[in-house]
Amino acid sequence: MPDLSATQLYVKAAKLALADAGLGKHDVDGLITCVSWAEPYLYHAEMIAEYMRIFPRYCITAPAGGGTTLTMLHHAASAIATGMCETILITMADSQVSGLSRDKAIEAMATAGHPQFERPYGPPIPAFYALIAQAHQHAYGTTDEQRAAVAVACRKHASMNPAAQMRKPIAIADVLNSRPISDPLHLLDCSLVSDGGASIVMTAAERARDFPKRPVYLLGAGEGHSHEHLSQALSLTTSAAKESGERAYAMADLGPQDIDVAELYDCFTPVVIIELEDLGFCPKGEGGRFVENGRIELGGALPVNTHGGLLSHCHPGHPGSMFAITEAVRQLRGACGVRQVADARVALVHGQGGFMSSHGTAIFGNEMV
Amino acid sequence: MAETHGKPVPVPTRETLPFWEGCRRGELMIQRCGECRHFQFFPRLYCSRCMSERVEWVRASGGAEVSSFTIVRRPVSAAFAADTPYVVALVRLDEGPTMMTNIVGCSPESVRIGMAVEAVFERLTDEISLPQFRPRSG
Ligand SMILES: [Zn+2]
Repeated sequence: MPDLSATQLYVKAAKLALADAGLGKHDVDGLITCVSWAEPYLYHAEMIAEYMRIFPRYCITAPAGGGTTLTMLHHAASAIATGMCETILITMADSQVSGLSRDKAIEAMATAGHPQFERPYGPPIPAFYALIAQAHQHAYGTTDEQRAAVAVACRKHASMNPAAQMRKPIAIADVLNSRPISDPLHLLDCSLVSDGGASIVMTAAERARDFPKRPVYLLGAGEGHSHEHLSQALSLTTSAAKESGERAYAMADLGPQDIDVAELYDCFTPVVIIELEDLGFCPKGEGGRFVENGRIELGGALPVNTHGGLLSHCHPGHPGSMFAITEAVRQLRGACGVRQVADARVALVHGQGGFMSSHGTAIFGNEMV
Repeated sequence: MAETHGKPVPVPTRETLPFWEGCRRGELMIQRCGECRHFQFFPRLYCSRCMSERVEWVRASGGAEVSSFTIVRRPVSAAFAADTPYVVALVRLDEGPTMMTNIVGCSPESVRIGMAVEAVFERLTDEISLPQFRPRSG
């Protein structure tokens, strides 16, 4: 999106979300943004407030993306529930293609890992997830084809989404024949590099009742945080998505059997398989078999990443999970057209960041249950 | 972090200096708790199990087992291009802690999870030698 800078993407998305909610900018008294790589500021959220000329009483910049977006959603709900503010605008964007050169973005990602105990060994970001995939494959017999099925499902859904970056359908063989990146991961097991932004408006359920569009309700949220560096993880095959999910289910008084559609963090295909297990959609070790035979595609038992995910819709970095949230909202409003999950009433969104380090889960419903 | 030929070279901190001094001598140093005998790596001010500050540096055997590995086909930076493909692995030391490392001294394709390995030290600068692992001999 070379026609809009990173900052313009934040404020454009914010304007669209406010219009969708039927609110003006002065109805916002809380603001959350994420840091931008392309256009960084020391006080980023304050900079966006300044740009929009709004004067919030609650104003926070998320330092990262992935699971942190869900953490921010959780905190926003708490801030509203405790009266810190009434109406929070969460806006996240970045410009990783036009704002940073592709080489610069890849170079920025090369700074992942502990400076003394990991980076000297030369691990690119896919290598960290390849270590996770290899361990899962060794423990449970997960296959290349099963990981590829995740990429195929996301691409199928992206093909039905005009906003998606990659819309040409792919088959399992296309994933297996794509360039090897870091064994066992191929190019098509890896997510995209993108420009993009998304915003949501959160307020108390009673206040949203008379909004022009039907609101979607946050029924439960939970987090789990286990480590920063992969070499310090207690397990490569079970993540803190387990605790995060359990906490969200407990708050919502719902379980995996109640979920109609799931939007799961898919920076790399093996992550989805582990999240499906840790979030209770199948037993530990069965995630590979779970994704076979179109089970996570539209029309399957549990449609996953109906917008196309980070693998095929877009991945501008920190804002990635925001598109999972906006898709869940659209699904629950029945506004997804050809990719609508029939009778979707409850949606789960999961994000993770770092290297399966920091997890957040949210459960949304189209009714207050 | 300093660089040599574009590769990142660790810069020791007060907390990690005994580890890097050990590497320079060809010894893999980790911490052991003086109270509960827990071994730990990365280095910490106190024991990550019981919080005792009586942590002491001890020489690890250097033996380990591969807990996971990947053959990197697309290097992290141009500095690693000549080494590509190379193996990035997580190894579990005989004493318990896990380290990230490279597996060297064998073909990347021959590396397996569960493989027994031992520490070797690659001299990067006068100050810094990097611990790597190779298949255990004998
Ligand atoms: Zn202790």
